[in-house]
Amino acid sequence: MKDVKLRKYHSASWDEPLIMEMGTKGERGIIPPKAAKEVVEKLGQAIDLLPAEMRRQKSIGLPEVSQYHVLQHYLRLSQMTLGMDLGSDIGEGTCTMKYSPKMHDQVVNSSKFADLHPSQPQETLQGILEIVYGLEQYLKQISGMSKFTFQPGGGSHATYTNACLIRRYHEARGELAQRDEVITTIFSHPCDGATPATAGFKVITLMPDENGYPDLEALKAIVSERTAGIMFTNPEDTGIFNPKVAEYVKVVHDAGGLCFYDQANANGIMGMARAFDAGFDACHFNLHKTFSSPHGCEGPASGAYGVREELAKYLPVPTVEFDGSKYYLDYDRPESVGKVRSFLGNLECVIRAYAWIRSMGAEGIKTAAQISVLNNNYMDQLLLDIKGVTRPYAEGKRRLEQARYSLGQVMEDTGVGTAEIRNRFSDFGIQGYWMSHHPWIVPEPFTPEPCETYSKEDLDYWAAALAQCVKEAYEDPEFVMNAPHAMANTKILDDSLVEDPDRWACTYRAYKKKILDK
Amino acid sequence: MRKVGLIINPLAGIGGRVGLKGSDGRDIVEKAIAMGAVAEAPLKAKRALNRLVSKKEEFQLLTYPGPMGEDTARELGFDPIVLGSLKGELTTPEDTEKAAVVLRDAGAELILFAGGDGTARNLYHAIGNSLPVIGIPAGVKIHSAVYADTPTHAGDAAALFLAGSGRIQLREAEVMDIDEEAFRQDRVSARLYGYMTVPNVRNLMQSAKAGSVSTEGENMMSIASHIVTHMEEDVCYLIGPGTTIRSVMDILGLKNTLLGVDAVLNRELIGSDLNEAGLLELLDRMESKGIPVKLVVTVIGGQGYVFGRGNQQLSHRVLSRVGKDNIIIAATETKMIALGGKPLLVDTGDAAFNELLAGYVKVITSMNRQMAYRVAY
Repeated sequence: MKDVKLRKYHSASWDEPLIMEMGTKGERGIIPPKAAKEVVEKLGQAIDLLPAEMRRQKSIGLPEVSQYHVLQHYLRLSQMTLGMDLGSDIGEGTCTMKYSPKMHDQVVNSSKFADLHPSQPQETLQGILEIVYGLEQYLKQISGMSKFTFQPGGGSHATYTNACLIRRYHEARGELAQRDEVITTIFSHPCDGATPATAGFKVITLMPDENGYPDLEALKAIVSERTAGIMFTNPEDTGIFNPKVAEYVKVVHDAGGLCFYDQANANGIMGMARAFDAGFDACHFNLHKTFSSPHGCEGPASGAYGVREELAKYLPVPTVEFDGSKYYLDYDRPESVGKVRSFLGNLECVIRAYAWIRSMGAEGIKTAAQISVLNNNYMDQLLLDIKGVTRPYAEGKRRLEQARYSLGQVMEDTGVGTAEIRNRFSDFGIQGYWMSHHPWIVPEPFTPEPCETYSKEDLDYWAAALAQCVKEAYEDPEFVMNAPHAMANTKILDDSLVEDPDRWACTYRAYKKKILDK
Repeated sequence: MRKVGLIINPLAGIGGRVGLKGSDGRDIVEKAIAMGAVAEAPLKAKRALNRLVSKKEEFQLLTYPGPMGEDTARELGFDPIVLGSLKGELTTPEDTEKAAVVLRDAGAELILFAGGDGTARNLYHAIGNSLPVIGIPAGVKIHSAVYADTPTHAGDAAALFLAGSGRIQLREAEVMDIDEEAFRQDRVSARLYGYMTVPNVRNLMQSAKAGSVSTEGENMMSIASHIVTHMEEDVCYLIGPGTTIRSVMDILGLKNTLLGVDAVLNRELIGSDLNEAGLLELLDRMESKGIPVKLVVTVIGGQGYVFGRGNQQLSHRVLSRVGKDNIIIAATETKMIALGGKPLLVDTGDAAFNELLAGYVKVITSMNRQMAYRVAY
């Protein structure tokens, strides 16, 4: 790594009030024109058109703020954050933060899409249905599956859809009462356990063996006539790819369960390996990760969920079909799990993913996977050279597109943990990193994922920033403990506020009720 | 200003370096010193206290004279309030017990103590569960879960406790000790003496910042709800020792023996604090009535023992009657992860039965959640 000059960054600091605390009585953003006289004469006052029981009795209590002040307020807030196009998202492992081409947003924002209403007659929705159908064909090729739905509004929603499908499958076979266990792994995304639990299953978690793979012997020991299925990722959060995944699938299939491959993040394997070929019955892709739609408070999500031919009849309704001349919505699917979301899902994600695949091409997708793995393994070497950074499990083995590291040694030596180092990180003008899903297995974890977007210079910069933070931890731990120093928003001063149900507040109304009015 | 107590048992661990398997008893201590053993506990305590040096203006350290805390504290630049007095050259368990009471009565909110299982027992004997403690591991035997996994982690836990404005959750951890005489003869006989309160920082594996919002108490309640929900009619449940499954009895509204085994049938208590003979007699009774028996146990301490430590009444004679398939193991996810991948352990006193229990079990970790985990012996 050549010498890296770390940027001197400082965010704007506006000491901005909450929008609810702004404005003056009577101040307005928009004053709608009064209805024309002849309209009033014909229809009466607009308020009279509302049934009495639906009319608000009390003031809604919204802030009274002019357009200009609203704009100013949100611009100020935006200046106090690190927007995705300002900094680098390399640290956001498991999230697959890649560059989202602005051209795709132009398509999404064009009136051809933005002005559509989902309840329009199908014959006037042919363009968007063609894109939905077209993306399905691409994802079928990428996964090997036979049919997709784009209804789920996110990755966990897709895994929930899968849990519903597992339930429906066993119900149709008359085995649901008996098959009440779904298996997952501790290093899979927590939704792979949470969503089957929500769907009514008991969930059994596999722990890693000494190689960092889910314990295959444990799986063999626990499958039974009660097994409904398995839901897991590969590579898991550790970035370790399990080459024997087909064996796990066989064990579960032999016991009569279904196998779901959580491919929320498929960046290291797209174009290289297919869920279907490893024997899986179903999989999903997060279009907002692998397929470039922006996300993480920066855009809506879409969990594209696909299944084998035999399971296609259970997919949510409606499906998008093509009869050779026109596209249409098929609601006549009696064995379907039903709807999991209104209309067809977040189609802006579908458009961006379709555009991304079209612009990349089959070879481009494969190259993106290869570069993401190459990037990760280059940065891996830089990170492992930093004092105190370790990468637990499967020592000496390469990771795919991401890796989970530990700062446990730094903590042991200096008292500075991963949360503090993450706070310091943003002082260098890049996003604080993702630590780990819950629960923490790796002590003081951090999980970067340098997607194909990033250049060698970006990777060098990121590693140099971490090296600097760790160096400071050893030389002046208090300085790191008190970080960030260059950010407008510092840190949560009282953690109990986010842990105490009686005091936490996600909305102004809750804040008012729990804190202000007390 | 907040007050933290410090107690060092300077003789803890002194027998270990010279192979004496413990330091209980004056003759052993003298033998160890004669063999050239050096006091380890003050060094370990120093490593823990080092983590608090930068915060020393923020709290008042209370401690006992000379080797029991004062020397180490002053060496690191603390200005402690020194209470009590020592008589002899060698400190005694009574000194530890007295120190605990004096520091508590002087207003300590937390006692940081360096020692081994014997020291933990002394503290428990003196002050019970009346205030939070953190053990700095310094003894030969550490079976008690009141100890952090390393001295520095003990210091970090104390720092977090001091920094936490109410966010530090507390949990109860086991105080265990083994019979040293038996241990020297290569027999392990561990007893569960009780529970003391420790800050729940999971050996720092998981700070509050990891985003978990459920407390250890809620997790235990969730486990208990699972067990009670799935309790069958006309099945006798033996409820083993430990805080994890105490909640089962709380939900059922039955009197619980924290350190012993109780028996429940159709939500009624039919046996309390049963010893091995009592359990065997109960099993006979149930068998004669054709009532199946299930056993609910938890993982005891930080070592991962399911049987053979702290629940000797659950002997292989009892367990073989209950049967492997009727053993229900429950432990919080926190406790399981803290094992660091080490297997659960069984030591029933019968090699063949240990072998039978080995393999994989499904440990209940919360409502409808289980973990597949390896059992070894």
